[in-house]
Amino acid sequence: MRPYRLLLLLYPASFRGEYGDEMTALVRHRLRDAGGPLARLVTWIGIAAETAVNAAAVHGEILKQDVRYTARTLNRARGFTLTAILIVALGVGANTAAFSVTDFVLLRPLPFPDPDRLVTLWQVQGGYARMELSPLNYHDWKQAASSFERLGVHTGITANLVGTGEPLRLKGAAVSGDLFPALGVRAALGRTFGGGEDLPVRASDADGPGGVVLSHGLWQRVFGGDAAIVGRTITLNDRPVTVIGVMPAGFSFPFSSVEFWVPLVVTPGDYQDRGNNYLYGIGRLKPGATIQSARAEMALVAARSQRDQPSPAETVSATVNGLRDELSRQSRVMVLALSGAALCVLLIVCANLANLLLARALGRRQEIAVRTAMGAGRERLIRQLATESIVLALLGGTLGVLLAVMVVPMLWRLVPANLPTSTAPGIDLRVLAFAGALSLAAALAAGLAPMIRSGDDTGARGLREGARAIGGRKEALRGALVVAEVIASVVLLIATGLLVRTLWTIQSTDPGFRADAVLTLRTDLPLPKYAVTARRTEFYTHVFEQVRALPGVSSASAISFLPMVMRGGVWPVGLPGEPADRRAGHTASLRFVAPGFFKTLDVPLRSGRDVADGDTATAQMVAVVSESFAARYWPGQDAIGRHFGFAFADRTIVGVVGDIRVRGLESTSEPQVYLPYAQQPDNSLVFYLPKDIVIRASTPLDQLVPAIRAIVHTADPQQPISDVRPMKEIVDAETASRGLQVRVLAGFAMVAFLLAAIGIHGVLSFAVSQRTAEIGVRIALGAQRRDILTMIARQGGALVAMGLLPGLLLASLAGRSLQALLVGVTPIDPLTFGAVTTLVILMAAAGTLLPAFRAVRIDPIRAIRAD
Amino acid sequence: MTNDADALLPLPPVTLHILVALAEEDRHGYAIMQEVAARTGGAIRLGAGTLYRSVQRMLEQGLIAEVSARPAPELDDERRRYYRITPFGRTVAKAEARRLAQMLKLARASGLAPGKA
Repeated sequence: MRPYRLLLLLYPASFRGEYGDEMTALVRHRLRDAGGPLARLVTWIGIAAETAVNAAAVHGEILKQDVRYTARTLNRARGFTLTAILIVALGVGANTAAFSVTDFVLLRPLPFPDPDRLVTLWQVQGGYARMELSPLNYHDWKQAASSFERLGVHTGITANLVGTGEPLRLKGAAVSGDLFPALGVRAALGRTFGGGEDLPVRASDADGPGGVVLSHGLWQRVFGGDAAIVGRTITLNDRPVTVIGVMPAGFSFPFSSVEFWVPLVVTPGDYQDRGNNYLYGIGRLKPGATIQSARAEMALVAARSQRDQPSPAETVSATVNGLRDELSRQSRVMVLALSGAALCVLLIVCANLANLLLARALGRRQEIAVRTAMGAGRERLIRQLATESIVLALLGGTLGVLLAVMVVPMLWRLVPANLPTSTAPGIDLRVLAFAGALSLAAALAAGLAPMIRSGDDTGARGLREGARAIGGRKEALRGALVVAEVIASVVLLIATGLLVRTLWTIQSTDPGFRADAVLTLRTDLPLPKYAVTARRTEFYTHVFEQVRALPGVSSASAISFLPMVMRGGVWPVGLPGEPADRRAGHTASLRFVAPGFFKTLDVPLRSGRDVADGDTATAQMVAVVSESFAARYWPGQDAIGRHFGFAFADRTIVGVVGDIRVRGLESTSEPQVYLPYAQQPDNSLVFYLPKDIVIRASTPLDQLVPAIRAIVHTADPQQPISDVRPMKEIVDAETASRGLQVRVLAGFAMVAFLLAAIGIHGVLSFAVSQRTAEIGVRIALGAQRRDILTMIARQGGALVAMGLLPGLLLASLAGRSLQALLVGVTPIDPLTFGAVTTLVILMAAAGTLLPAFRAVRIDPIRAIRAD
Repeated sequence: MTNDADALLPLPPVTLHILVALAEEDRHGYAIMQEVAARTGGAIRLGAGTLYRSVQRMLEQGLIAEVSARPAPELDDERRRYYRITPFGRTVAKAEARRLAQMLKLARASGLAPGKA
């Protein structure tokens, strides 16, 4: 009968215990009646099927009973139910939201086939660990490398699209022939590039690109999803280009705002300078090759290639990184901090829920004892309590997911825009599964302790002792849970405090210019139409004259790139008697400016003059430099009139201006050199063409925009305007994601702090109500109110002290892991640690106050008589 | 009592079979199974799980009661639990029989069943 005994295990223990023996006997007789071996086998099959069906039915009946019973009990204790559901919802919501972002940034594979084999290739040079590749190095290295199945490069471009209504400014990428095959993607419509030469050399890049591939979004938005788009000719940068393909929806590379791809073409000129770095390398490793092996090979390849060069200017090496790691590198610390904070909240939530359930279990000892006395088995009771926890978990979990749905769009902005995907993180099945598992785990973990204890409390002891009994172990457990809450909230508060201090430091950093009342916009003049400098000067002179005449406008100018928008663009500095040497860090940021730039941004002119209209190609080549540039090369001397070699010419310094934070508020910037835009040679340094217009005005900035549009339109009807925004917005964006991080962490910290306070209050209140009689006796025996107050306060104080010290210790560890996010503040910042300690002590005082006063007001006569 | 009985109608077939099997005498589980099989000409053979699941529910509903376990002579003298139909069980069984008779009358009237209406 062994097999049937095993089948019986499918039934709930209570049913099995009641009827197992009878059923076994019955089955034994049936088998005896069956007769021959074949008939016995058929009978066995019938028995197995019958057992499965009935066992499920019995379980279902019990579940129905338990759920009904749970609904009744929970409905009776509405306050408890609501609190428990809210607590679970907070924990699940915070963690679900954090998980969906973590999943998106760190875990989810990139949307390419075999994404683990995709790597980036960088040039290592002059202290820069990740520098773009120069065409020449890429060419040499690609020929020698054997780690890659495919290796391609891309670089960012922009283009004006006309002929489809309003002229559009689009972001795109120029890609080499092997790039799409390396990514392993195909066009949804038509084809991509590839199959031909990876990086063809043309006499001039004016030969025109060989076709364009559109993003799904652009195809839908501008061309209305025209199914016959492949083969159509569109006008990009005044040149006709044939559309050869459309990428699938959801494809995006290298980041989500890129909307078209054209073939990358190099001119013989591009091959002259190994320092001409502008290509981003993307490779697909051969099966069997690892990132480490590829990195080692490329370092060797670069070293060998350099040995073959006649006189290398400086040491150049190469490195390979995983594409996934590369993308999430910047946000890893932030996402981990977010997850850590969410876990802290979850820990506190579990502790609070456990506390709540423990208190409730104590209150229900009589109910449970009565049910036990009436014959309910231990297994049925535990099952009933588990059902209760699970129902609470599911209700709380559902609410938590709703909370997460509301919060995720806010967290989305924490995700850096450089991910090659056009989808946003959302609540999908994986996230829902995670939330469900989390809710159940939280409720079961929290419900476990009271369940185990209630299981023990069978028999008459629970009946006899009544609700007054407090298990000493339970009290200790509740205390331990509060200590855990204090620890977690200390860690969260300190992490938040450190980030707030960092934010303040950054916000108080002087950018070197005055951003308010400055409007910026981009007029990216297309080539070859504007290849001649005089034509550009003519365009801008016309625009500036008209704009300056607008009411409220005090000045207008243009620059190659706005500060904090384009952070690079550096050039080696050559001093008389010394060759230009990037190795020693002799670089400066290079910008071409129109006259009036410094006045418009309110950059102080320290000495000399601004660039002027007279600084043309036929005049002396001049430069305005920043203070740090002057101080670096001519310390303690007047820099005006000095010479240096820069951007293919010898320049004379005519002015010195204040430094600005080109690389943003958090980074140190190279010294700055400004060259007059009229002295930019034709068809040269096109990357640095002035395109960003800045306008200072006393009128509201958005009112200016229509007039400026009209002015640009009269200057060139085909010229689009893009990126219209106040300079203030650019500076604010510097701290926006930090501000958001701080707000999210602060939200978590607030929740933790409140829950911990509620926890302390709950434990002490409960202790006071349980000890009413004892306190009554103490007062009757002559204990002073002050003694009672001290007694309760000491209990609360002990809980906080036990949590505070390990909390501070853990926080110092957390602070160190956050170091990458901190600026201007040490991980163990005395101010933050002191403030948090004070705050936690205040919280403890607040949590202790009410229960303590209640204890003091106990009337000894009534307290003793009550029992 | 009648209202309580009506609330349980219609009875699941297995429940009615068990009540009928217990109408004449107290029986243990195996005997109930054999009796049902005999009365239906072997068409219905209750499995152990089906039987005891019904027994459990019928005990809760008060249709049957357990009488003290005693040796079952035909089962090697093992002690077995015996079940007895309760007065409430009889009321419910009668009510169900009345309900079925009424149904049969309706069916005959519309020519769906043989016999006189």
